[in-house]
Amino acid sequence: MARMTGRRILSAAPVLLAVTFGVFAVAALSPFDPVKAYAGTAGLTASQAELDQLRANLGVDRPLVTRWWDWLGSALTGDLGTSAVMRQPVADVITARLGWSTLLAGSAFAVAVLLGTGLGVLAARRRGGPLDRAVSGLAYTLEAAPAFWLGLLAIWFFSVRLGVLPSGGLTDAASDTITAGQVASHLVLPALVLGLSQLPWFYLYVRQGVADALDEDPVRGARARGLSERRVLLGHALRSGMLPMLTLVGSRVPELITGALLVETVFSWPGIAAATVQAATSVDFPLLAALTVLATAAVLVGNLLSDLLYGLADPRVGFDG
Amino acid sequence: MTARTARVRGAVRATLATALITGVAACSNPTGSAPADSAVVGIATEPETLSPLLGYGKDGNSKLFDGLLTHDADMKLQPALAEALPDVSADGRTYTYRLRHGVKFSDGEPFTAKDVEFTYRTILDPKTNNASKTELDAIESVTAQGEDRVVFTLKYPYAPFAERTVLPIAPEHVAGRQDVNSGDFTTRPVGTGPYVLTAWSKGEKISFKANPHYWGGEPAVKKFTMAVVKDDDVRATRLRSGELDAAILPPNLAKGFAQDGARRTFAAKTFDYRNVTLPTHHPVTGDTAVRQALDIAVDRQAMVDKLLEDAGKAAYGPVPTDSRWFTAGTERPYDLERAKKVLDDAGWKAGEDGIRVKDGVRASFPLWYTSGDKIRQDHALAFASDARKAGVEVKTEAGTWEVIEPRMKTDAVLAGGGSPADPDFDQYLLLTSSLAGDGFNNMAQYANPTVDQALLDGRRSGDPAVRKAAYDTVQRELVGNPGYVFLTHIDHLYVVNDKWEGPSTQVEPHDHGLGSGPWWNVEQWKPKQK
Repeated sequence: MARMTGRRILSAAPVLLAVTFGVFAVAALSPFDPVKAYAGTAGLTASQAELDQLRANLGVDRPLVTRWWDWLGSALTGDLGTSAVMRQPVADVITARLGWSTLLAGSAFAVAVLLGTGLGVLAARRRGGPLDRAVSGLAYTLEAAPAFWLGLLAIWFFSVRLGVLPSGGLTDAASDTITAGQVASHLVLPALVLGLSQLPWFYLYVRQGVADALDEDPVRGARARGLSERRVLLGHALRSGMLPMLTLVGSRVPELITGALLVETVFSWPGIAAATVQAATSVDFPLLAALTVLATAAVLVGNLLSDLLYGLADPRVGFDG
Repeated sequence: MTARTARVRGAVRATLATALITGVAACSNPTGSAPADSAVVGIATEPETLSPLLGYGKDGNSKLFDGLLTHDADMKLQPALAEALPDVSADGRTYTYRLRHGVKFSDGEPFTAKDVEFTYRTILDPKTNNASKTELDAIESVTAQGEDRVVFTLKYPYAPFAERTVLPIAPEHVAGRQDVNSGDFTTRPVGTGPYVLTAWSKGEKISFKANPHYWGGEPAVKKFTMAVVKDDDVRATRLRSGELDAAILPPNLAKGFAQDGARRTFAAKTFDYRNVTLPTHHPVTGDTAVRQALDIAVDRQAMVDKLLEDAGKAAYGPVPTDSRWFTAGTERPYDLERAKKVLDDAGWKAGEDGIRVKDGVRASFPLWYTSGDKIRQDHALAFASDARKAGVEVKTEAGTWEVIEPRMKTDAVLAGGGSPADPDFDQYLLLTSSLAGDGFNNMAQYANPTVDQALLDGRRSGDPAVRKAAYDTVQRELVGNPGYVFLTHIDHLYVVNDKWEGPSTQVEPHDHGLGSGPWWNVEQWKPKQK
């Protein structure tokens, strides 16, 4: 187990290197112009000489490899550079936002996994029953619904019609201090929306896995031996039925990140996803590279996590596979 | 792991911990109507920076800062950090400002002439990434004379120069000690203005509190918050749920609040125009007859009625018809028959498919609009349909500026712009032939010696009568040879809770700066007596 973890960490280094270079290359090829993005509407009245000066100041006229190499050099010494679009050090941008995104994604993930698993197990026990039919139908609908649409729907219902939950922001718009109570109430809707948009995957996998397991010989054997339904389900069916879901946990991380992107925008959540979009469309190299490293690391950790979980849950699977 | 990332993670942890600790003692405010001494407004776009050195608040109304001068409700210049309007030398090249005494920055340090000199010098420094510095092109030097006098010397006489000195003054003792492009000052500014920044959560909101030591008196609205809500529908929803006290809205959503007794709708008059560029370098749009015909073949009133739901007016040039700079008699009413006759007389004969042809050239050209901008798309489609009736084919295409820019020289573009402060600000950039194709200036590459001369007269003469005559000439020249078909001037709509005395609107520019909107004078609002 430790060996696998160690090996994965070693192999992560070249992956991350390649990914950052890829980001620089793709950004350099993209039609977006960092100077135009930096200047914004002021660029529409700026003279060409002014724009040229800005290009030199931002250092975007240098060749791709030089830029990447310089970025890498300073990143390794701890200097992530300055974000052009945010006008502040990249480290500050990430510090201010990462926590809130992690909180949102973590809560959403918990909602999706817990609710998805619970409902999946219940549905698998009575396939074709009213609960199964209702939840499965809902799950397919949710899978097709875009997260931002769900978000608008939730705002309309809970904030406008019922007036019970705030519709956006981290705290009340009029409030200056960040308090746990406020954050908690503002977190409910975005986390629920993001969680629900991820839920169908977990639900459908668990439902199928547990249902298949319930049909297998060991379960039938256990039933034949007169074991209680509870022990059959928890002791036998759940264990093998949950295996497919464990691989899903890791592979859903990228999906969670892209989903967060839309949800953060709809709910004015000051997270990192919104910054990613801005960095990409403004070709803000330092910020984009740092965020890509973070996202890649999240995916690698997600994969590692699901492999570890799988290994723990099923002793037949080795850690060196 | 590097030291820096460790610090980053430590800081994240600290932030979360603080959040949890403060939460124990706090109670949450129920959403709903906030007290009248606090105002929360919903804005669509967020500034990249709050540093005036990088362009924040350059047109005035910056809340955290003051300029030497400021605009009143009628867009007339008034003294702010200066004691009075500037003394201008007879040759129009020296501007002298006397500064107000006893003004302090919000950190308690006094404001002096050195800060003014520092601000302008830093903006003009080539190393400063300020994309608007072209606007200060006229400045040759700026010098502090003693504590309370600043002298600007210009490279050429520039009549509207005083309008440029509304730009906010930064404190040298803070901003001068750090990297101008990325230092703390860009996100945690210190100014002399009516408000002090309390927090800026990027992507969420900017919070201000009243500056108790403001030289103009402490504002009655003690807390002022700008919530950043990009999506129009969400902004309308949050306004309806009572979380926002005011917001900018597009016409269709603003209409939903028209019958609301507790809220008022403000339609700000603007200089914000939409036009179609007619590139000189295209064989069709370069033909003066085609330009004239298109100019009278568009039904501007129909665009105002249908596309803008009456929130706007027909435009015949960069100057709106209700401005004192407008030249009466240059309105061109919709006249399809005359447009056809102009084309007939010029030799553009209808071909088999109804599209005109002259010397083998088909009367057809592409028109680009920026993708995702519904108002521009609607204007482009309406223009194409009007042109088709006159026998000119306009092929509309959507793209980002990156796609459009390389084609601007020959392809038509649905553009926008407008600046109310002085006619020189947009007309010089829009029409001067020497600026043809320079960045986004003079996109149509318009070249007209009479206009060039009039624009020079307009910027160099200090005599208001001479200036008025010059801009009259420009507008009359545009009738005979339009470089652009101006379509509409667009009102900006705002909905505001009706609990204050004081909200009003100024004439607004194209750019939605933070200073625009009924909250341009929030420091003067008073809670309504019930």
